[in-house]
Amino acid sequence: MSDIKFSEDTLAAANKIIARYPEGKHKSALIPLLHLAQAEFDGWLSLAAMDYVASLLNIQSIEAYEVASFYSMFNLNPVGKCLIEVCRTSSCWLRGANEIIEHIEKKYGIKEGETTADGMFTLKTVECLGSCGTAPMMMVGAQFHENLSYEKVDSILENCQSDNKRKTYLDKVVINQY
Amino acid sequence: MGKKILLAHDHVPGIQGYEVYRQNGGYASVEKAVKSMSAEALVEEVKKSGLRGRGGAGFPTGNKWNFLAKPEGVARYLVCNADESEPGTFKDRYLMSRIPHILVEGMITSSFALGVNTAYIYIRGEYYYIVSILEKAIEEAYANGWLGKNILGSGYNLDLYLHVGAGAYICGEETALLESLEGKRGNPRIKPPFPAIAGLYGCPTVVNNVETLAAVPFIVNNGGEAYAQIGIGKSAGTKLISASGHINKPGVYEIEMGITVEDFIYSDEYCGGILNGKKLKAVVAGGSSVPILPADKILTTPSGEKRLMSYESLADGGFASGTMLGSGGFIVMDETTSIVENLFTFARFYHHESCGQCSPCREGTAWMEKILHKMIDGHGTIEDVDLLWEIQAKIEGNTICPLGDAAAWPVASAIRHFRSEFEEYVRNPNSIKVVRHYDSTQNLVNA
Amino acid sequence: MAKVTIDGRVIEVPDGITILQAARMIGPEVAPPTMCYHSKLKTSGGYCRTCLVEVTKSSEKDPRPMPKLVASCRTDVMDGMEVGNLSSPKVIEARKSVVEFLLLNHPLDCPICDQAGECHLQDLSYEHGSSKTRTDFERRTFEKISIGEKIQLHMTRCILCYRCVKVAEQITDGRVHGVINRGDHSEISTYIEQAIDNDFSGNMIDVCPVGALTDKTFRFKSRVWFTKPVLAHRNCEKCSGNVNLWFKGDEVLRVTGRKDQWGEVEEFICNTCRYDKKATSDWTVEGPSPVNRHSVISANHYEVFTKPTEFKLNDVKPLSIQEGDKS
Ligand SMILES: Cc1cc2nc3c(=O)[nH]c(=O)nc-3n(C[C@H](O)[C@H](O)[C@H](O)COP(=O)(O)O)c2cc1C
Ligand code: SF4
Ligand code: SF4
Ligand code: FES
Ligand code: FES
Repeated sequence: MSDIKFSEDTLAAANKIIARYPEGKHKSALIPLLHLAQAEFDGWLSLAAMDYVASLLNIQSIEAYEVASFYSMFNLNPVGKCLIEVCRTSSCWLRGANEIIEHIEKKYGIKEGETTADGMFTLKTVECLGSCGTAPMMMVGAQFHENLSYEKVDSILENCQSDNKRKTYLDKVVINQY
Repeated sequence: MGKKILLAHDHVPGIQGYEVYRQNGGYASVEKAVKSMSAEALVEEVKKSGLRGRGGAGFPTGNKWNFLAKPEGVARYLVCNADESEPGTFKDRYLMSRIPHILVEGMITSSFALGVNTAYIYIRGEYYYIVSILEKAIEEAYANGWLGKNILGSGYNLDLYLHVGAGAYICGEETALLESLEGKRGNPRIKPPFPAIAGLYGCPTVVNNVETLAAVPFIVNNGGEAYAQIGIGKSAGTKLISASGHINKPGVYEIEMGITVEDFIYSDEYCGGILNGKKLKAVVAGGSSVPILPADKILTTPSGEKRLMSYESLADGGFASGTMLGSGGFIVMDETTSIVENLFTFARFYHHESCGQCSPCREGTAWMEKILHKMIDGHGTIEDVDLLWEIQAKIEGNTICPLGDAAAWPVASAIRHFRSEFEEYVRNPNSIKVVRHYDSTQNLVNA
Repeated sequence: MAKVTIDGRVIEVPDGITILQAARMIGPEVAPPTMCYHSKLKTSGGYCRTCLVEVTKSSEKDPRPMPKLVASCRTDVMDGMEVGNLSSPKVIEARKSVVEFLLLNHPLDCPICDQAGECHLQDLSYEHGSSKTRTDFERRTFEKISIGEKIQLHMTRCILCYRCVKVAEQITDGRVHGVINRGDHSEISTYIEQAIDNDFSGNMIDVCPVGALTDKTFRFKSRVWFTKPVLAHRNCEKCSGNVNLWFKGDEVLRVTGRKDQWGEVEEFICNTCRYDKKATSDWTVEGPSPVNRHSVISANHYEVFTKPTEFKLNDVKPLSIQEGDKS
C-alpha cells in the first residue's frame, strides 16, 4: 500500500500538532498523529500507516509499533465502520453493562471482539470511560451514549446503520449532557 | 447548601463560553497575579490555602510547587493531568466540559506562579469531544490576551497546548504521563528523580490534576486564608465527588469537606438515597483503588462517630476499617450486589491496565483476574480465596509505581470485609445464578 | 564518601553509587540477585524486582526506615544507610514472591533449553524460590521466531528484563526490535519479522538472562556444561576482540562476550567475532575462563548444586527438572 499518505488538510493539521512541541521533541506528536492516521485510514493502523507516521516524525518504525500497540484506542486490525465500545467496569456493571453487551451480541450475532459480516459493527468492551454516573454507557466514534436502555441502544445502532458512515474519534459530536 | 467554588457558576447559561465566564468574574486571578503579585507570593498563598492534590494522592500542592527546581536557563513545564481514568471518577470530565475556562485560567495563574512558559493539558483520548471544547476555550483566551506573548503587558509569556492520550489508565500516573507526552509507551519512570527535578524532556516539571488547578483562581482572588477556612482541618476547601452506582441521583457534586458520609448518600441535595429503596451494602469511596467498606464501616468511624467526607475521617481506622478519599469516585452498592463479581470487574481492570514493566504487577494482576474468573465460572475453591489474599500481599509495596498497590487494595479489602461471602461463593456456586447483582433488566427496559 | 551497612557488613563507598554496587563491592555473600540490571547498560534495572532490599535506616541525616522495599539496583546509597538483604525476612519473602511471579508464565522447559546451565532464572529459582507451583492456568505461549539468520527468539521464556532493548538502543545503530503490547501481553518483537542486521546485535544474546534469545549458529546441541570456556582474543577493528570461546574437544562451538563474576558482559563484541570466527586459528587463547558463579557450568551436573549456607529456605529444589515435562 503505497497510497498511504495524509490528505493536504490532515498534513497541515499534523504539522500544527508537531509545532506544539519544542525543537527536537517532535516525537511527542506520535500519539496525536497516530490518531489522525487511524481516522484517515479506515479506522485502523496498518503497518504501512504506522511506517508512514514514523517517517513523518523521522523515527524508527518500531517506535511507532511499540506505542501503537500499548494504547487501547489504537486498532491494529481492521474494524467495522462503527466500533461499539461498551464500558464493563464496576459502575457500569452495577447498572447493567453485561446485559447491554449481551443485547448487542444477540442483536447482531457477534461476540465481543467480532465484526458483523457486512463490516458495519465491531463490538469491543472497554474499561471505565468516565461516564459512571450515567451508566450504562457505550461509545461509538467520539460520541458517548449514556443512560442506555435496550431501546436506546437499538435506535442508536440502527441510526448508525442507516447513516452508513465510518465513525472516528475525531468526529465532531453532539454535546448533549455535559 | 455547602460552599461552591468550582461549580459556583455551573448553572449560569453560556458559562462554557468566554464572554459569560468573564462576566462572572473569570480571569480575575490572572489579572491579579501578573499585575500585582510575585511568583513567590503566589506559591505562598497556595501553601496557606492547604490545597491538596485532587488527583488521588492528596499531596499538598503548595509544597509540590515549592520543590520545583529552578536552574538558570532551563525550561520548566506545568502539565495538567486530565487523564481521568480511575473507575468511578468523572469529575474532571464534568468540569472541563461545563466550565473549560476555569481550567485555562487556573493553568495560566499557576504557570505564572511557577515561572513556566509552556504548559500542556494531557487529556485521555476517549475524551476527544472535550478536546474541541478546550481548544475553543484556549483560542478565546489567546484572542483576549490571556495567553501568548506579553500577557496583559507584563512581559510574561505563556503557551498552553492540548495533548491527547490514546487509552491507558496508567498514563494517569504522573511519570507515565510524561513518557506518553514524549511520544513513548506509558511506562512509569523509576523514581527518583522526581518530575520536580527532571520531568518532561528532563526539565523540572509540575504535574497537577484538573481539579487542583481549577481551585487556584479562587485562592488567588480570595487569599489562601479564605480557602483554608472552608472545609475541615487539613481537608481544606471543597471537593468534587463523582457519585455512581445504586443511588437515586448519580452525578458530580461539589461538597464542602466535612459533611457526613450519611448525609452525602441519603440527603436529597446529593445522592438522594439508595435506588429502589434498597439497603446499602458497601461503598468504594475514592475510586476503584481505595479499599471497599461495608455499610456500617463507611457510615461510622471505629470510635463510633459519624464518618465525614474528608481525607482524615475516611482514612480513620487505617486499612483495618478505613479507606481513602482518593480521587473522590464514590461507588455505591446496594444489598443485592455480589462483592465477588464486583471485585472481578476491578481485577480485570487492573490486569488490563498494568503496563507490564515490573514482574509483580504484570504477572500478579493477571493471576488475580484468572482466579476471580474461575470463581465466577463456579470453579473456585476455598484455597483460591487464600491464594488471592497472598497474591495481593506479594504485589503490594513491591512494584515500580502505585498501580500495583491500587490493584492489591481492592482485593485485600474485599476479602477482609466480606470473607464469608467469598467462602459462600466458592462453596455454593449454584447459588450464584440466583442472587443476581441487580435487577438491571427491568431498569434497562424502563429507562 | 558514604558509609553503608549491608547485612551488618560496613563499607565506605563513593557517593552516587547504588546499594547494589555497594553490596557487590563487599562481595557475593551480601549482593542481591539481579535479573534486569546490567552494569554496562544505562537505565537498566528496576523492572524484575529480584534485587529488592529493606532500608532500615535511610541515612545519618534522616534515620527513618524507607516505607517500602526498594530496588537496590536503582537506589543510591546515602551516608549512614543501613540495608537488610538476606538478614531481612521481608526481603526473603518478597524475593520468593518475585521468583514465583517470574516463573508463573515460564515454560520450565530447561531440559530442552540452550541456556540451561547459564540461566540466571534457574539460579534464582534454585536459590530464592519456593518449590511449589500454585497455578494450574495455562501459561502464555508464543511461536518461536527467527530474528534474522543468527538469533532465535523464544518469547515464551522471556522475563521482560528490557536488557536486549537497551543493547539495541545503546550499542547498535538503530533499533528494529522492542517491546510491543501491554501488561502481561507484552512481548519482545520486531512486530514484523525483521532481521536484526547490525554489527553489534549479537550482544542481545549475551545479555539475555534466560534462554529467550539464543545463538542459532551454536547449532551443535550441546549442554553448556559439557563445553569448556576459555579466554581468547584477536585483533578486531570493530571491537576489543576479547571473548570467551566455548570448546567441545578441539572445536569452537560458540563465541560470546566475557562475563564478569555477576554474569554480566564485560565488553560487547562484534558479530564478526561472534559468528564468523569459529576456527581455533582465528584466536590467541589465553587460558581457561574463571567461572565463579555457582552455576552448573562449574558444577557439571545439577545434583552437584550445593545449597549456599546463607539461604535458609525450606525444601529448596531445582524447580526446573522436576516440573520441566509440562511443555
Ligand atoms: C495508576 C495511577 C493512576 C493515576 N491516575 C490519575 C488520573 O487519572 N488523574 C490524576 O489527576 N491523577 C492520577 N494519578 C495521580 C498522579 O500520579 C499524580 O499524583 C497527580 O496527577 C498529581 O496531581 P495532584 O497533586 O494535583 O493530585 C494516578 C496515579 C496512579 C499511580
Ligand atoms: S506497578 Fe504495574 S503499572 Fe506500575 S510500573 Fe509496574 S507493571 Fe507498570
Ligand atoms: S528477550 Fe531476554 S534480554 Fe530481551 S527482554 Fe526478554 S529476557 Fe530480557
Ligand atoms: S464504570 Fe463505566 S464509565 Fe465508569
Ligand atoms: S535487578 Fe534490580 S530490579 Fe531487576
